[in-house]
Amino acid sequence: MTGSELIWRIAGGSGDGIDSTSQNFTKALMRAGLHVFTHRHYPSRIRGGHTYVEVRAADHPVKSRGDGYDFLLALGDSFARNPQASGEAYYGNEEAKPLAENLDELREGGVIVYDEGLLDASEIEDFDERVEENDWHVYPLDLRGLAREHGREIMRNTAGVAATAALIGMETDPFEELMNDRMSGDILETNITVLEEAYEEVESKDFSHDIEVPTGEHDEEQVLVNGSHGVAYGALDEGCRFIAGYPMTPWTDVFTTMTQHLPEFGGIAEQVEDEIAAAALAIGASHAGVKAMSGSSGGGFALMSEPLGLAEMTETPLVLVEAMRAGPSTGMPTKPEQGDLEHILYTSQGDSNRVVFAPGTVEECYEQSREAFRIAYEYQIPTIIAIDQKLSGELVSMPASVFDREPNPDLGSVLTEEEISEAAHHESGKYNRFQHDPENGVSPRTIPGQSGGRFLASGNEHTPQGHIEEDPDNRVAQVDRRTRKLEAIRDDLDGKDTSQQTPYGPEDAEHGILVWGSQQGTVEEAVDRLNDQGESVKSLGVSDMMPYPKKEVTEFLESVDECLVVEMNITAQFRGLTQKELGRFGEKMSSLLKYNGNPFEPAEVVEGFEIQINGGDEPPNAQVRIEPAAGD
Amino acid sequence: MSAFSAIGSGEQDEEIDRDAFTPGIEPQPTWCPGCGDFGVLKALKGAMPEVGRSPDETLLATGIGCSGKLSSYFDSYGMHTIHGRSLPIARAAKLANPDLEVIAAGGDGDGYGIGGNHFMHTARENHDMTYIVFNNEIFGLTKGQTSPTSPKGHKSKTQPHGSAKDPVRPLSLSLTSGASYVARTAAVNPRQATEIITEAIEHDGFAHIDFLTQCPTWNKDAKQYVPYTDVQQSDDYDFDVTDRREAAEMMHETEDKLHEGEVLTGRFYVDENRHSYGQEKRSTGEMPEEPLAERYFDDDYEWERSYDLLDAHK
Ligand SMILES: Cc1ncc(C[n+]2csc(CCOP(=O)(O)OP(=O)(O)O)c2C)c(N)n1
Ligand code: SF4
Repeated sequence: MTGSELIWRIAGGSGDGIDSTSQNFTKALMRAGLHVFTHRHYPSRIRGGHTYVEVRAADHPVKSRGDGYDFLLALGDSFARNPQASGEAYYGNEEAKPLAENLDELREGGVIVYDEGLLDASEIEDFDERVEENDWHVYPLDLRGLAREHGREIMRNTAGVAATAALIGMETDPFEELMNDRMSGDILETNITVLEEAYEEVESKDFSHDIEVPTGEHDEEQVLVNGSHGVAYGALDEGCRFIAGYPMTPWTDVFTTMTQHLPEFGGIAEQVEDEIAAAALAIGASHAGVKAMSGSSGGGFALMSEPLGLAEMTETPLVLVEAMRAGPSTGMPTKPEQGDLEHILYTSQGDSNRVVFAPGTVEECYEQSREAFRIAYEYQIPTIIAIDQKLSGELVSMPASVFDREPNPDLGSVLTEEEISEAAHHESGKYNRFQHDPENGVSPRTIPGQSGGRFLASGNEHTPQGHIEEDPDNRVAQVDRRTRKLEAIRDDLDGKDTSQQTPYGPEDAEHGILVWGSQQGTVEEAVDRLNDQGESVKSLGVSDMMPYPKKEVTEFLESVDECLVVEMNITAQFRGLTQKELGRFGEKMSSLLKYNGNPFEPAEVVEGFEIQINGGDEPPNAQVRIEPAAGD
Repeated sequence: MSAFSAIGSGEQDEEIDRDAFTPGIEPQPTWCPGCGDFGVLKALKGAMPEVGRSPDETLLATGIGCSGKLSSYFDSYGMHTIHGRSLPIARAAKLANPDLEVIAAGGDGDGYGIGGNHFMHTARENHDMTYIVFNNEIFGLTKGQTSPTSPKGHKSKTQPHGSAKDPVRPLSLSLTSGASYVARTAAVNPRQATEIITEAIEHDGFAHIDFLTQCPTWNKDAKQYVPYTDVQQSDDYDFDVTDRREAAEMMHETEDKLHEGEVLTGRFYVDENRHSYGQEKRSTGEMPEEPLAERYFDDDYEWERSYDLLDAHK
């Protein structure tokens, strides 16, 4: 272990407090001056079942979970007990899981701390051989006993954290501070006692291993946030004050974050009967003059297909979040995949105009959530923020200043009553809401309650006043105008100081990697490693899915001789989109695909790249697939 | 000054402008001659000036169907939405701006079929709005298929052997779901219809009107709603409209009788005491006192920032 980074994994039964314990630990590391990145692995069940959280902490910024890990804290799974055994724990093979299930990825020289009060290593076949082979340092500790002795059994998480801290040379102060923030009274006191006693007990023993916590210092105040926070806070800062939704993993995180805060922001949150209603409510609120959003995951988003079309046709600004998980159908609720891209781009009937952003990092979630609102309201068009289970749940440290931006409550292209009085009206008195001729396709809207602004917003093709009309000339004029918006939006995005696409690596690199969404950081890390190995590689993280950033991607692809496209699905949806939009480069692009429910690790991308460059079609492992370039 | 100066202006007019909603140059309805939908339009146009609302402060959201075209022929802010979804759209508009007069309308297929779930939940929440369902016991726009209110045994191209299903009972469904005002009226009785729509709009809560509209084109039995009896005008029906149980009893009787050819109309349930959803949400602090929509027009409003939430993340 170099001392510049540490990857710690806490494993146990889901429902055993793994999540909150790891969050505290992560925060303590961040407060100690480190950059942190977390990865959550959990099954789709409420209690029991194997779960782990991995925390990567380093003295430099980290962009992915890394590969492998250094330190395992295996807690006993309290829900794996035999209820018949009079309250006593039952330790069959099944219950050694938090220990057994995690050994494959533990690095050489790694440390294992396990709760000998609940787990029995001797039940694992070959355990001793593997320990020896890998030079692991194993510390069985009676965490449950310690917790019982000084507090309550449930506090064995705290004992485990104390043991970890003692073993990697951390003080208890940051943990006590955090406990002070979150607890009070009796609970606080007992937890602190457990923490201190367990720490002392472990420290007094003579352990030898060479894993330490790296040291670092931040020059700016840091916060620990995930993609769901990014999206929610971006929406709040952009003046979103209405959300309607129906729970579905992993969208629920964005939904509940908004629901928790909207009332204190003077806004309204609604949990409604289904996703059709949710999207329809967002449209109703937006039509009535409030910035609104809704969202779901794949299956719920499928139900929103028709309201999405209504928003397009009535030109009502609408922001939807699509937090992808593995499909089809209910698929794997707690596992990430990037398999909904085409669903997001093309769902709903007719020639569809919408804007789709797929942020690549938590920071981009905030930025692009704001952008999604700005574009939706300025151009009166639905925008979709596509994230996935990985991005929505991973906690990452970043400077607080990332969120330090002024609110933007501007409703976009809305007329004031004064402007309405000067605007063109139909002889019936109705406002010409959907004029044929504005240059960028946007004809300003009015809000119900504004004097003289009334019009009909119809999901049927309509006249400038909004009345149902199938006249061919009117139809062509309206379709042309609505379609013109996408060109205007492309110009708008291209004209900005900072692009939403993220180039990485040496500009004159020979080879390229194209990536979209949550895999961006992992790819960037792989780019660094490859360049360190003497390769010449750069990457482009693409966020704009529609309208597609043709110019930027073309330039990127022209500048490299070969390009690997990395994404989590089997049909290479993003590569397909790129080829369709650019109409060429088929022979330059090959794909690295993964769809087993886990995101890429940097090493897999490195290997995949090497195979592409050096030839061969053996994927880095059985879980990853190579799709060669056209004509290969 | 209010951000929406149209709001409240109707009420301030000393003289009721009876032509406000009838400018005469709107598109002419494309409904068939003799269609009951004309009756709804007429009653609605008649009711609005009575409640003192102006076109610019009114939002009418409709679904899809012959009934859904109502918003095309009615001079207010309108939204002609998607089949079955007028309610969620309308209720969000009401939450966003409680000062707006919000009305939703649609057909029986629209409201009791595809949008049945929304109907149940909007009634349950008791949003302060009016919902008019054009009940013609048939799918009109898609050319005469059996609808959720078609009587058992009804034959159509989609039910060639005669429907084996009992019809939906809209009044009972509404009451059970939680609507605080439930009435039935008929296109053949414009006076009662206007009165009931007026009362429903003035009601503070979810007012559901099952509006019997004949479809002479697809429902051969086009005169089915004549003769009718107004339960409030008849000595034969004495029940307390504010009593849930009595109302429920009366609704059962009414719904049983409809297909035997005895048509009862009138107010079936009125609960003036139940708080509307908006009021409930305001009382728990879940919703601001001032209309949210106003805030975007208020240059002095101090917009909160997400930055203040970061403390929990440090
Ligand atoms: C999702 C969807 N399904 C089906 C249709 C086709 N459709 C249009 S109107 C209608 C039925 C209309 O019947 P009803 O609601 O009773 O209204 P009416 O025409 O009788 O007034 C149907 C099925 C549609 N527009 N959208
Ligand atoms: S089809 Fe029936 S409901 Fe539709 S307009 Fe004609 S008469 Fe009216």
